Amino acid sequence: MKNDFSVKLAGEWTKVLEDSEGTIMAFTLYSLIQAAILCINAVAVLHEERFLSKIGWGVDQSVGGFGDEPGIKVQLMNLIRSVRTVMRVPLIGVNTVCIVLLLLFG
Amino acid sequence: MDVPHHGYRATKQRARAAPPTGDSVLFEDTSSPASGVNNQGFYTPGYNVGGPSNDMQGGVGVNNLFTDPMANAAMMYGSSLANQGKDMVNKEISRFMSVNKLKYFFAVDTRYVLKKLMILMFPYTHQDWEVRYHRDSPLTPRQDVNAPDLYIPTMAFITYILLAGMALGIQKRFSPEVLGICASTALVWIIIEVLVLLLSLYLLTVHSDLSTFDLIAYSGYKYVGMIFTVLCGLLFGSDGYFVALAWSSCALMFFIVRSLKMKILPSLSSDSMGMGSSAKPQLRLYITVATAVFQPIIIYWLTSHLVR
Repeated sequence: MKNDFSVKLAGEWTKVLEDSEGTIMAFTLYSLIQAAILCINAVAVLHEERFLSKIGWGVDQSVGGFGDEPGIKVQLMNLIRSVRTVMRVPLIGVNTVCIVLLLLFG
Repeated sequence: MDVPHHGYRATKQRARAAPPTGDSVLFEDTSSPASGVNNQGFYTPGYNVGGPSNDMQGGVGVNNLFTDPMANAAMMYGSSLANQGKDMVNKEISRFMSVNKLKYFFAVDTRYVLKKLMILMFPYTHQDWEVRYHRDSPLTPRQDVNAPDLYIPTMAFITYILLAGMALGIQKRFSPEVLGICASTALVWIIIEVLVLLLSLYLLTVHSDLSTFDLIAYSGYKYVGMIFTVLCGLLFGSDGYFVALAWSSCALMFFIVRSLKMKILPSLSSDSMGMGSSAKPQLRLYITVATAVFQPIIIYWLTSHLVR
């Protein structure tokens, strides 16, 4: 049901765009939410000691510069660590809901 | 806004002036006798109300409603419930975003809107780009023409959607779903741009006072350029479209670079630290220039299919 509707929407947008460029970029808010969930899932599966420390991005390697300019790499490591800490539990719920919805409605 | 702005709200102003007179007279008549003798029998306020409201535009049905004590009690209970609900909603909303901060962005007047639109389309003669402050808080858009606002982006977004529908209708490609698709596509692009900007500002530890609403405002100014481009494309054909696209792209790039330069790039005079990290000003410059270059790309992407 949802699939037909989104295919129909994409079909409408194709008709609109058919005589201009060939690529279709019909964004809906639902596709944005899907992309956001996928990105956060990707950040959440990065394991601390098995992966991040091996490539030098672990949090024990971030205590370097004392100053007011932490640097991009330290900021990125902090961001990854905080996203993993905060989103671990809500992601369980959101992923379960998404799986159930996809199973029920295709 | 008490002065009707030229394009957008002229009709709405006139429509809104008519209703309040009847309602306020009706409410004043019913509330003053009912508040005093509330705890006594309900018949006396009912009859008091029945008299004056009879020769207003109340009518016989309203008379019966106010003389019935159960309806009176139910109305008061309902209004207290509504007040409770309103307080709860306000409390919940103010946890996510402060309504006062949002009100700051909508405190505009006609003169500001006209000057800002002119600056957006022709920013080359504007001299002073500093946002003025008043005791550590930025001035409202009414008092400072450089302050960002959310009124112009919102109105321009809605106008762009309507214009897209009209353009497609002229070319006989219109159907009602297209309006929704266009609106959500444009909204999603704004969300993506604001998120990327926030992420890059966080990663480079730029301690500026650009809040999320400021970024939404600066991203929303491109809709004015889009409207101008689409209008020229509709009126003057494909050549007019490309000329208007070039003009509004250059104007918008200049505007964005000059506006964000004040906020993102460090001012050289107060750089007393002298950290010597020459990578930082360069990266901040890259952010500003990348934001500016992104605008024409998005304008072209979102409007080219409308003018064919």
